[in-house]
Amino acid sequence: MDTLLQQLINGLTLGAVYALVALGYTMVYGIIGLINFAHGEVVMIGTMVAFTVIVSLAGSGMPPLLILGVGLLVSVLVCMALGWSLERVAYRPLRGAPRLTPLITAIGMSMVLQNVAMIVWGRNYITFPPMIEKHIYTVAGATFTNVQVAIVTLAALVMIGLIYLVHRTRIGMAMRATAQNPQVASLMGVDINRVIAMAFVIGSALGAVAGCMVGSYYEIAHYQMGFMLGLKAFTAAVLGGIGNLAGAMAGGILLGVIEALGAGYIGQLTGDFLGSHYQDIFAFIVLIVVLMFRPSGLFGERTGDRA
Amino acid sequence: MNQLRMPGVLIALAASVALIGCGKKEEPKVAAAPAAAAAPAAQEEIVVKIGHVAPLTGPIAHLGKDNENGARLAVEDANAEKIVIDGKSVKFELLGEDDQADPKTGTVVAQKLVDAKVAGVVGHLNSGTTIPASSIYNQAGLPQISPSATNPKYTQQGFNTAFRVMANDVQQGSVVGTYAAKDLGAKTIAIIDDRTAYGQGLADEVEKAAVANGAKVVAREFTNDKAIDFKAILTKIKATNPDVIFLGGMDAVGGPMLKQMKELGITAQFTTGDGGCSPELIKLAGDASEGVICTQAGLPADKLPNGQKFLAEFTSKYGPIQIYSPYSYDAVMVLIDSMKRAHSVDPAKYLPEVGKTSYDGVTGKIEFDEKGDIKNGAITVFEIKDGKLVTLKTEGGAMAAAAPAAPAEAKK
Repeated sequence: MDTLLQQLINGLTLGAVYALVALGYTMVYGIIGLINFAHGEVVMIGTMVAFTVIVSLAGSGMPPLLILGVGLLVSVLVCMALGWSLERVAYRPLRGAPRLTPLITAIGMSMVLQNVAMIVWGRNYITFPPMIEKHIYTVAGATFTNVQVAIVTLAALVMIGLIYLVHRTRIGMAMRATAQNPQVASLMGVDINRVIAMAFVIGSALGAVAGCMVGSYYEIAHYQMGFMLGLKAFTAAVLGGIGNLAGAMAGGILLGVIEALGAGYIGQLTGDFLGSHYQDIFAFIVLIVVLMFRPSGLFGERTGDRA
Repeated sequence: MNQLRMPGVLIALAASVALIGCGKKEEPKVAAAPAAAAAPAAQEEIVVKIGHVAPLTGPIAHLGKDNENGARLAVEDANAEKIVIDGKSVKFELLGEDDQADPKTGTVVAQKLVDAKVAGVVGHLNSGTTIPASSIYNQAGLPQISPSATNPKYTQQGFNTAFRVMANDVQQGSVVGTYAAKDLGAKTIAIIDDRTAYGQGLADEVEKAAVANGAKVVAREFTNDKAIDFKAILTKIKATNPDVIFLGGMDAVGGPMLKQMKELGITAQFTTGDGGCSPELIKLAGDASEGVICTQAGLPADKLPNGQKFLAEFTSKYGPIQIYSPYSYDAVMVLIDSMKRAHSVDPAKYLPEVGKTSYDGVTGKIEFDEKGDIKNGAITVFEIKDGKLVTLKTEGGAMAAAAPAAPAEAKK
């Protein structure tokens, strides 16, 4: 029982991070139908920038929480600028092009960002300085840390903020209008270039937050960390129904929990025929089964074939 | 990933083909230096290319760079000696390649080195890339010396071109497994591996040795070499409450794993092999690395017979040694030494001499058995104390050549 609880806690933390990253994929996809494969790298850059800021402030005598806050803020700002430039440089010139073209550009941008990060931050693993002193709590035999609590809380707050933004503000309304039909939205006076740029900027900001979470949770950063994380988050977005905000959140958390339970119980379920190295396969089997019965994901609407 | 390198690779390939194109015909294995071709000097100078392969990108790029730096230092030292072979002054050149620790890329890069007419190869770093690449070098008749591939299969393929300058996993695994069961008195052991040829191979040997010494394997879990989240498998292991946990994997996996063990309140003794026995592990795991027991195939760096000079020179140029750079240094030196003895830089001519090597390297006396494994390779057990690797004991090795206990010849 305590093992099950522990696996659920493990999965929830992982899932909160997946969900935040998945939101970045889903926002862009929902509006222009583009899978921004460079998003994982934006997350990585977010971690790296936060790392640099934190390390350079570490000796300044500021309180650790403030340093972490400044690191988070700078990283969010840098990633917003990065998201905006990505859209401006790599995707806007290809707005009218066939769908495959911006997809390939996205993969290209992902490699460019990875290699730039390798040049700037080196190829070694970076130890992310722990700014929050870790406390370990034990409840019913399962352990969790204050960092995990902070991650899940922050992720929940950010998601609530995003839902408010999309459903209660003018820019949010413009986003939903553009998602429904860009041509009509622009005829109604919506500046769709601005709306699309905003989707990238907001998605990247969420990515930066997720990047800082990953950094302070695992206390490790590497220029290739964005790739796998991006792939998992993309899977989460598809699982929840890509283009749908609630779907990305649910998909992320679900994927995190499935992975943890998969690794923990797959051996028992299959009588040790499959070991924990099949944990990723387990997650993908769930994805395939969901897509067989609900081809547009758990919360998916018919957004897939538009644009 | 990293397909970005491809254009660069193609250009380099084209360039090397062009270079070989204007090389002299009577020396097909050796590309003549453009300078020498343009202005025939008083003493003929030939350029001998030595290939080096290790992952220079990806999770263990730091280890790859360490290997390459060792080989580079050897080439620089050899050039400083102004070696003359068969009446020609020889200038060695290191052709460093990146295999991304990926078996597929490993074979592509191996073919590239063969096409570039290198005289010999030092590498690769990982067993998983070394084994597939070794058949390409074998077909081309190129001597290959790996400084770090420890999977026994590498030298069991019957290739006369495959050598290694460190003890293999059978030797290392038996030392770790025995140490866990006997010295640490472990009754139960949990084993994790990263599903690479190295991690899996070593973990299997540890399992055998631990079981043979009376310990029980209570969990066998798996991860991959790019993972950073291990909480799920660690939680499962925690439920089995083992005395000792062994990881067959690299430091990049071990670092975060140790931290997560601490968070989960796992108190079992953590042990790992040479891939995790590095300063990087201490850096990544911080306090959580205290008390970790790990082994390296080879002697501790400060006890290397001729190591002090190497240590000083390497550290001043490239910073601290990670793990294998002394071995890649020696691997290059063994190749050059064999060329000297054969009076030829032609792989076909000097290959037989590699097997007859008896060389005093910075890592000790290097001699090969009939398979190409190093004779009497040493295994050292370390403990991490106050953020440093402290030697606990050494088994085998040229320093203790008389010790019959070393299972150097124990092959499957």
